[in-house]
Amino acid sequence: MEISGAEIVTRCLQEEGVEFVFGYPGGAVLEIYDAIFKQDQFKHVLVRHEQAAVHAADAYSRSSNKVGVALVTSGPGATNAITGIATAYMDSIPMVVLSGQVGTPVIGSDAFQEVDMVGCSRPIVKHNFLVKDVRDLAATFKKAFYIAATGRPGPVVIDIPKDVTMTKCVFEYPKSVSIRSYNPPTKGHPGQIKKAAQLLSEAKRPFIYVGGGAVQGGAGDLVTELVKHLNVPCTNTLMGLGALDGTDPNFVGMLGMHGTYEANLAMQYCDVLIAIGARFDDRVISVPSQFLSNPKKIVHIDVDPSSIAKRVKVDVPIVGDVRHVLTDLIAVLKETGLKPNPDALGQWWKQIDEWRKPNCLLYTPSTEVIKPQHVIETLWKVTNGEAIVTSDVGQHQMWAAQYYKFRRPKQWINSGGLGTMGFGLPAAMGAQLANPDAQVACVTGEGSIQMNIQELSTCKQYHTPVKVLSLNNRYLGMVRQWQEFFYGTRYSESYMDALPDFVKIAEAYGHVGFKVENPADVEPVLKEAFGPSLKERLVFIDFRTDQTENVFPMIQNGKGLNQMDLPAHMRGMQQVPFDNNRDYGNLA
Amino acid sequence: MRHILSILIENEAGALSRVTGLFSARGYNIDSLTVQTTEDATLSRMTIVTHGSDDVIEQITKQLNKLIEVVKVIDLNEAEHIERELMLIKVRATGKDRDEMKRMAEIFRGRIIDVTEKSYTIELTGAGDKLDAFIKAIDPAVILETVRTGASGIGRGERILRV
Repeated sequence: MEISGAEIVTRCLQEEGVEFVFGYPGGAVLEIYDAIFKQDQFKHVLVRHEQAAVHAADAYSRSSNKVGVALVTSGPGATNAITGIATAYMDSIPMVVLSGQVGTPVIGSDAFQEVDMVGCSRPIVKHNFLVKDVRDLAATFKKAFYIAATGRPGPVVIDIPKDVTMTKCVFEYPKSVSIRSYNPPTKGHPGQIKKAAQLLSEAKRPFIYVGGGAVQGGAGDLVTELVKHLNVPCTNTLMGLGALDGTDPNFVGMLGMHGTYEANLAMQYCDVLIAIGARFDDRVISVPSQFLSNPKKIVHIDVDPSSIAKRVKVDVPIVGDVRHVLTDLIAVLKETGLKPNPDALGQWWKQIDEWRKPNCLLYTPSTEVIKPQHVIETLWKVTNGEAIVTSDVGQHQMWAAQYYKFRRPKQWINSGGLGTMGFGLPAAMGAQLANPDAQVACVTGEGSIQMNIQELSTCKQYHTPVKVLSLNNRYLGMVRQWQEFFYGTRYSESYMDALPDFVKIAEAYGHVGFKVENPADVEPVLKEAFGPSLKERLVFIDFRTDQTENVFPMIQNGKGLNQMDLPAHMRGMQQVPFDNNRDYGNLA
Repeated sequence: MRHILSILIENEAGALSRVTGLFSARGYNIDSLTVQTTEDATLSRMTIVTHGSDDVIEQITKQLNKLIEVVKVIDLNEAEHIERELMLIKVRATGKDRDEMKRMAEIFRGRIIDVTEKSYTIELTGAGDKLDAFIKAIDPAVILETVRTGASGIGRGERILRV
C-alpha cells in the first residue's frame, strides 16, 4: 500500500522507537504535522521557539541513551534551529533534526521561507541529507539515526521538501544499514593497549583525564574500575563530570580554566597521562606548549582519529570505542598484573593531598549576602546529589560544575563546547521528559534565562516540574569578571538595567516563583521547592546573589595550568613542579 | 610542504561542497582541485593539491576521512606517483610571433588545437612545473588567456586507490 511521504516520516520515527518529537509547525511541514495528528505512538512537544526544540531534543538525548528528534519548518524555522544544532555538534550529541523545505520545483528560486538548510547546517552537522525523492525517504531515516548514534555521535539534519511529503510510495523500513564510506571504529589496537598498560606500569606520577566521550560512550563504570584498580588520581573535564563520582576520593575535581588547583597541577606535572574521550581543548589545557613544558607520556583513547594529535602529540594513540578499549585495557592490566610502582604512587598521592589541603574552592561565607557557591552546595545537599542539573553559560555554569559533586554520567547537562546561553531551560525540559521521575534543576542566571524564557510556557503545557535556580547578580557575571580582571573595571554593557520581576513572570506563566535575598532562606526555600508540596510544579527561584563574586581558580588566556589565579586565601602560593627528592613524610 | 591528496568520494550532490567547506572552515589551503566521476559512476575521484606542515596534512587527511561520503583518502606524496595537468593557453600569433609560438609549442610537446589569423590555442600537458616553465618561456605580452585544470595524480605501479 502506498502512503504519503509525511506518513513515511512518522512511520520511520515510530520504527526508530522515538518517544518525543520537539518541534514547531509551519507551511513546509504541514503535511508532516497532519500525519503526526493521525498517530499516537510518539508525542509531539510544541516549543515556543525552534532553538528550544533543538536544545530540548539535545538534552533528551544527553540525559538518556536515545537519539533526540526535533522538527522545524523551512526558512526561519530552520535557521532558528542552527544554534541548537551547533550546540549539539560541539558536544557530540546524537540527534536527528528534520527541517521542512520548499517544494523541489521551486528550490533555488528564493521562494517564500526558503533557505538552503543543507548549506547552512553543513559545517555544524555530522551529516545532512536533502531528500528529493520520496522513495529515498525511509532509507535516509535509517542512515540518519545510524550515523547520529554511532562512532563519534553528532547531529544529522534531514531536509524534506514539501512535495516529497505529499507524494506517495510504498513504505518499507530497512532492517539494516551499511554505508561503505562510514565504518566507525570499535575495538582498539591490542598492541597499543599493551603499550598503554606498559607505560602505566612505568609511571611514577600517573593521571587519568576523562572527557565527554566517556559519558557519551557510556563508560563511567569502566573509568571507575580503571581508576580504582590502579588507585590513580583522576580528573573530569566540564563535559566529563560524573564519569567518576564527584565524591570519590580518587577524584581531584574538574580541570581547566576554572578547574581545581590539584587537578590542574596534577595535569601539568604528571608523567603518564591517560586521556579518555577528551580532546585537549583550549579551555582545558590552555596553551599546548605550556602544557607540554613538563615532559609526559600521553595515551589518548578516542573514537575519532581526528581528535588525536589535533592539539597535542601523543605517544600511544588508541582509536576505538571507549567501552571496548577500557574493557581490553583493564583485562590486560589484570592479566599481566602491571601496575604503577606503589612507592612512587604513594609519593604522588602525598603531593596531591598537599595540593588539595588549602581547598581552592573555599569561599568566604556571608550572613549578609547570598554567595552563589552556597546556593549550589545547598542544592546538592537538598537533592542528595541525585538531581539532573542543566545549566546555561557563565559564572553560574562554572559554580554548578565546581560545587555540585555529580555522582554519575549523564547527570550534568551543559553546553560545554559552544557555550550557548539560553540552553538551560529547554534542556531541563528535555531532560525531565526523558526522566519523568528525576529531580531536574536548571542552574541559570538572569542573563541566560532571558534568552529562552518563553519556554516556561512549554513547561506549563507539558507539566515538566523543573526547578529553575537563577543566580541573579544583576550582571552578565562572567563578562563582568573579565572586565574586572582585564579591562580596568570598565563594565561595558555587562549590566542589565530594568530587569523584570521574575516571580511575577513565573506566576504569569502559571508557575511558582520565589525571590530570595537572605542567605538564611536559601536552604528552606530549596527544601520547599524540591519538597512534596511543589513536586508537580515548576518553581522559579530568583536568588539575589553577591554582585562581585568571581570564579576561582582561573587560568588567564595564554597562561599555563600551573599559572592559576587563585582565591584570596591561596594568593601567592607556589605552583612549582613535583620534586622527586622531597620528603613528603610529614604531610598530615 | 606541498602534498597531493587523492580522494574517492560518493558521487552525490553536495559532496564537493563538503570537501571545500571543510578546507575553508578549518583554514586549510587548496592550491588546486580536480574532480570527475570514475569508471564506477557511483564514485568520484578528486585530486587536491594542498600545502602545510606534516601535522596539518595529517589533520586534513583525518578530517577528510571523517566526512561520511569520503570512501578513501591517500596522500600520494607518501610514495612514487605521477601527476599531470592540462593547460589551454591562447596566445597572440601574428608576425614573427606566429612561427615562434609554433616552435615553442613543439619544444614543450604541446599541440595547437585552434588557429585564427591572430591567435593559436595551445594544449599542453605535464606536471605543473612544466606548464609554469612554458609560461615563463614565452613573452608575457603574447598571452591572451590561460586555463589550467590543476593536477591529477595517480600512484605508480601496484599502488591503486579503489574500493
